[in-house]
Amino acid sequence: MGISVEKQKQLEDKARLIRRHIIEMISLAQSGHPGGSLSAADIVTCLYFYKMRHDPKRPAWPDRDKFVLSKGHAAPVWYAALSEAGYFPVDYLKTLRQIGGALQGHPDRLSVPGIEMTTGSLGQGLSVSVGMALAARLDKKDTKIYCMIGDGESQEGQIWEAAMAAGHYKLDNLVVLLDHNKLQIDGLVEGVMGIEPVADKWKAFRWNVIGPVDGHAMHAICDALDSAGKIKGKPTIIIFDTTKGRGVSFMENVAGFHGKAPNAEETSKALQEIGHCQKKN
Amino acid sequence: MSEEKLIASRDVYGKTLAELGKVYPDLVVLDADLSQSTKTCVFGKEFPDRFFNMGVAEQNLIGVAAGLAASGKIAFASTFAVFASGRAWDQIRASVAYPHLNVKIVATHGGITTGEDGATHQALEDIAIMRVMPNMTVIVPADAVETRLAIHQLVKMDGPAYVRLNRLAVPVIHENENCDFEIGRAQTLHAGSDLTIIACGIMVKAALDAAKILKASGILARVINLHTIKPLDVKCILLAAQETGALVTAEEHSIIGGLGAAVAEVVCENCPVPVVRVGMKDIFGESGKPAALLEKYGMTAADIVTAAKTALKRKSK
Repeated sequence: MGISVEKQKQLEDKARLIRRHIIEMISLAQSGHPGGSLSAADIVTCLYFYKMRHDPKRPAWPDRDKFVLSKGHAAPVWYAALSEAGYFPVDYLKTLRQIGGALQGHPDRLSVPGIEMTTGSLGQGLSVSVGMALAARLDKKDTKIYCMIGDGESQEGQIWEAAMAAGHYKLDNLVVLLDHNKLQIDGLVEGVMGIEPVADKWKAFRWNVIGPVDGHAMHAICDALDSAGKIKGKPTIIIFDTTKGRGVSFMENVAGFHGKAPNAEETSKALQEIGHCQKKN
Repeated sequence: MSEEKLIASRDVYGKTLAELGKVYPDLVVLDADLSQSTKTCVFGKEFPDRFFNMGVAEQNLIGVAAGLAASGKIAFASTFAVFASGRAWDQIRASVAYPHLNVKIVATHGGITTGEDGATHQALEDIAIMRVMPNMTVIVPADAVETRLAIHQLVKMDGPAYVRLNRLAVPVIHENENCDFEIGRAQTLHAGSDLTIIACGIMVKAALDAAKILKASGILARVINLHTIKPLDVKCILLAAQETGALVTAEEHSIIGGLGAAVAEVVCENCPVPVVRVGMKDIFGESGKPAALLEKYGMTAADIVTAAKTALKRKSK
């Protein structure tokens, strides 16, 4: 059980690269959501570079696992991971939020290879993932559907409609990844509209609950993803304990960086803090 | 009235789905605890593996349908028109229309003839809020025959659509089961040169009745069945405006934003002629018998006749 030290280093390197892309693309656009992209960076890295069965050369491969980013404002982390995986040239990241560009402010399935579903209006991606899981079951595929939701997003009623349906239909091919970074636009999630006890809520909706898991420790993330696949007869949620703005000291745990781009000075400081990869990938 | 054949479009909908289920293995049907009323239960009985009840949760209904469609399924999602269009509007916009997914929203209990349940259950704004959405096809069949043909054509059409059906059994206006119905192409059901009545849904029958009454007083009204509100058959509408010089629109819907508004928009821009709209006058409905409600809120053949005379007066000025 567990990933090798070498694999861990490799994933950490990849996550560093993805964090650099996030900062660079948002900085260049002077618009975007760094906080929730950085909190999700390690989990998304483990999905694309460890866990998921996918082929960047065949984005429509019928036997692929699927990822849906229900918290669509974290699009930069998805774009960065997809480009690093080879779905499209890394150079495209420069077009984030630019008129005429493919990389919309929130994910658009029609314009970017690898984007499984259009999201952005919070609470909707989980329902879509339930539909994908039902379809995979109908088609007798052993694929998994991974859906990342936010903790602020969990205040949407539709999340719980979808949670109830997934529990009812016993969708054990569905894995939800909760990016529990404790912050939303107006401040602390628990202050704005508390969601605790969040694990009990999912248990009550007939889900298998894993966690809390350190959402920034590669070995812990990979272990949790591995065990999520083994539960039969129930959907699984992994509650990832994360830090909003993770990797950039002045963005960490700062609600103000939910949807604010860093200026030139902040950008160079952020990139310095994230550092470079130890080896070229 | 008694010799007329009365069929509820929702009954035909359920049967048509079951019929198509045999031909299309990728056809899936979803409902939100109203399958007995929307008649999707007929499909559900036949194909339990491909039928998904989402319970009383319309937002999830649409989202799950989108996920199935994103996985290559042809997803039909049904509930009452108020809930389908209103409760799940943003889900339809963000998870179906914008990503151009193959979800067909077939809503029953449209209009004031939903009757006794009252204003909360009478969809009178759905055509407006569905047609404003890019990528959306909006169809309001006039009878059971059109309903069947519309569903048959939709199953082959890629992309989102909204179909509005009724609760009541209503007269069948097409004698031929395979009438000339094509999504996006209006039908001229009655020739006339003095003015044109453009209607959809159950108001098509009222429009034909009105044309008969008008004929008795020497007025020749053309009757157009505008079953597809979007994409709009602009050519047919403009031809009617040019050739007859006055229009009456008739819909079981608010006069704001629906068929009347769609017609007025194109006529205003391209060929201004008098337009008089028959429909709900920016007001909520109430409980009552369907026929009494249509009468009270001004959506009968007699109301169309009055509107026609008003339009003719304006035309001659």
